[in-house]
Amino acid sequence: MTATPHLNTEHPKHNLTGFIIFLCSESVIFLAFFSGFALLKTAALNWLPPGVEGLEWRTPLLNTVVLISSSGTIWLAERCMSKGNLMGFRAFWLLTMALGAYFLYGQAVEWSGLQFGLTSGVFGGTFYLLTGFHGLHVATGVFLMGLMLVKSFIPQNYVGGEQGVQATSLFWHFVDVIWIILFVLIYVWQRS
Amino acid sequence: MTSATFPPSPPENTSWSRYFSFNTDAKVIGIQYIVTAFFFFLIGGLLAMIIRGELITPPADLVDRTVYNGIYTMHGTIMLFLFIFPVLNGLNNLLIPTMIGAPDMAFPRLNAVAFWLVPIFGALLIGSFFVPGGPAYSGWWSYPPVSTQNPLGHFINGQGLWITAVALSGVSSIMGALNFVTTILRMRAPGMGFFRMPVFCWTALAAQSLQLIGLPALTGGAVMLLMDLSFGTSFYQPEGGGDPVLYQHFFWFYSHPAVYVIILPVFGIFSELFPVYSRKPLFGYVYVCLASFIIVALGLVVWVHHMFPSGVAQWMRNFFMFSTMLIAVPTGVKVFAWLGTIWRGKLRLTTPMLFCLGGLFNFVFAGITGIMLATVPVDIHVSNTYFVVGHFHYVIYGAAVMGIFAAIYHWFPKFIGRMPYEGLGKVHFLLTFIGANLNFLPMHPLGLMGMPRRVSSYDPEFAFWNVLASLGAFLLGVSIIPFLLNMVSSWVRGPKAPHNPWNAIGLEWLLPSPPPEDNFGEHVPTVIARPYGYGTGEPLVEHQAEIENQLTLQEASA
Repeated sequence: MTATPHLNTEHPKHNLTGFIIFLCSESVIFLAFFSGFALLKTAALNWLPPGVEGLEWRTPLLNTVVLISSSGTIWLAERCMSKGNLMGFRAFWLLTMALGAYFLYGQAVEWSGLQFGLTSGVFGGTFYLLTGFHGLHVATGVFLMGLMLVKSFIPQNYVGGEQGVQATSLFWHFVDVIWIILFVLIYVWQRS
Repeated sequence: MTSATFPPSPPENTSWSRYFSFNTDAKVIGIQYIVTAFFFFLIGGLLAMIIRGELITPPADLVDRTVYNGIYTMHGTIMLFLFIFPVLNGLNNLLIPTMIGAPDMAFPRLNAVAFWLVPIFGALLIGSFFVPGGPAYSGWWSYPPVSTQNPLGHFINGQGLWITAVALSGVSSIMGALNFVTTILRMRAPGMGFFRMPVFCWTALAAQSLQLIGLPALTGGAVMLLMDLSFGTSFYQPEGGGDPVLYQHFFWFYSHPAVYVIILPVFGIFSELFPVYSRKPLFGYVYVCLASFIIVALGLVVWVHHMFPSGVAQWMRNFFMFSTMLIAVPTGVKVFAWLGTIWRGKLRLTTPMLFCLGGLFNFVFAGITGIMLATVPVDIHVSNTYFVVGHFHYVIYGAAVMGIFAAIYHWFPKFIGRMPYEGLGKVHFLLTFIGANLNFLPMHPLGLMGMPRRVSSYDPEFAFWNVLASLGAFLLGVSIIPFLLNMVSSWVRGPKAPHNPWNAIGLEWLLPSPPPEDNFGEHVPTVIARPYGYGTGEPLVEHQAEIENQLTLQEASA
């Protein structure tokens, strides 16, 4: 245990600790939504609303592949940065942002073609709640990446400023893992 | 802002205006929290007076029944989300950095944002009295289907505002919890390992971990409730395939641990104060520390005991009855540790000590009724009666609020720099102790006789105990007057406090009263012993005698 730096400002070295704690806490919301979904689905007599056959899985599967690959590209971006290759970092970072944006686009396309809405029973409610809340996280992730990209152009910003990149990347992996669970729950587990 | 002297000199900026600004100093924020909390305490208390005024006679004659529903709902909500949590966060802000020798919280700006959310959601909640249809009226737990009714059809309605305010309160608490946990984990003084940390910090760490685990579940459940209420989904509506019991799971998964979020820091206060005023080391320090985390672990798997009559499976009833009873073990460890501390000690019956003793007495009583309530048959018999209300108020007012008063009297000299008046403090204690017992004890026979909670009229056979309870409540209402008088007058013109008026051991007592803005600054003492070395004569930190001498000299020259 070392003596604490004495500055009445934010302590940058604590930011990552705080962010990890925040992510743990955030995961409980998803846990609550997932367990609520599972409870409602196993108890339902008629899970699908009238006129709905089930969910199409090809577009979401493509989206899943895109999101999982983006976890790889963000890892490459971080590796570039730790080696001091700023241009490589920016390239892979931008690619990750593009993949994230494509995921959101794919989600929007899927939503617009659906036969049911938010109020179509518990099926519609949980579907839009889960995908929407996750989509909000994806959008937040892309926004954070944009911020970090801008920051990378400010001279001297990465002297001790890598924590923002680390936190964003951690957030992105988190969003990715949540999506895999969500995909299994909603698209793979279709039969009630 | 830096202090070059060792030990640090008292603060320079002591103007009142900093309490009304976006200040990032944890000690300012702490006082902001506590004062704001007591403002809302008066509003919540006024509502309690109306409730007990209504219940002093059997018929519903004081307020309209619908208004009554709104009043008890708002009483509970205000007392929990706008009084207890903010006042405890205030104590956390004052005590955690000074006790561990940190200059401030880990994230000072986040800390200030978390505080300023409190008046915002407070205004939202109080504002709901003035919207068409009045405030939320579904009780502090807001169970659907009652909480998803919107008879007047306005988009902005009391229930919607209630959910929004509770969600904002959750955001504020999460911000606070992140800050407290990071600060305790990362910013302790040199030499202060976990088993040299004051018990208050242990309990704060435990309580704030519970906030981080539990609150998101409530927030998730509240989002779904708001969608049911305002956007026509049917998560909790059986006619759309939903399940109202699901909300109860979400609600109690947080709201039972919330009771531990409240009581754990109070255990911390007891553990700090009993050694000071008994002049003995805390009995079983390590076990008291560990017991806090056993309470956290168990506290997360007991929530269904609030739902025994809600049609849950039999295995759930058995499991949750057992886990609930198990909590009595770590709690009992603590109670015995305090008794072991007081045993044969040189007791000094100051105001804080009296509040601790009274709080401990009430807590043991609440623990006994708690075990009764954990038992499925008893719980089903007294569910939704005044027995539950009595038990809960013994925990919250009898133990937690009394512990909070103890903490305020004990640490007031440190953070305000002036001594509170003992005489007024003792009057406050007597009125509180008698008032609380007179108010809440009669609720137990009432509940066993079958008087339901949340009613504004009742059978005349319940009148006797209700009159007693109402008299107790009015006494409690009066008890706040000497407290407020004491606080205001001693803050303005009380005698100047020395750095360690109670001869207490702890890092916070090695600072001037009030401490400078960055506490120890760069001169954080190195901790060389466990806390609570009363009667052993061993120093807590390196160079302790020098630091104390200099502080005394500083006071003499001031």
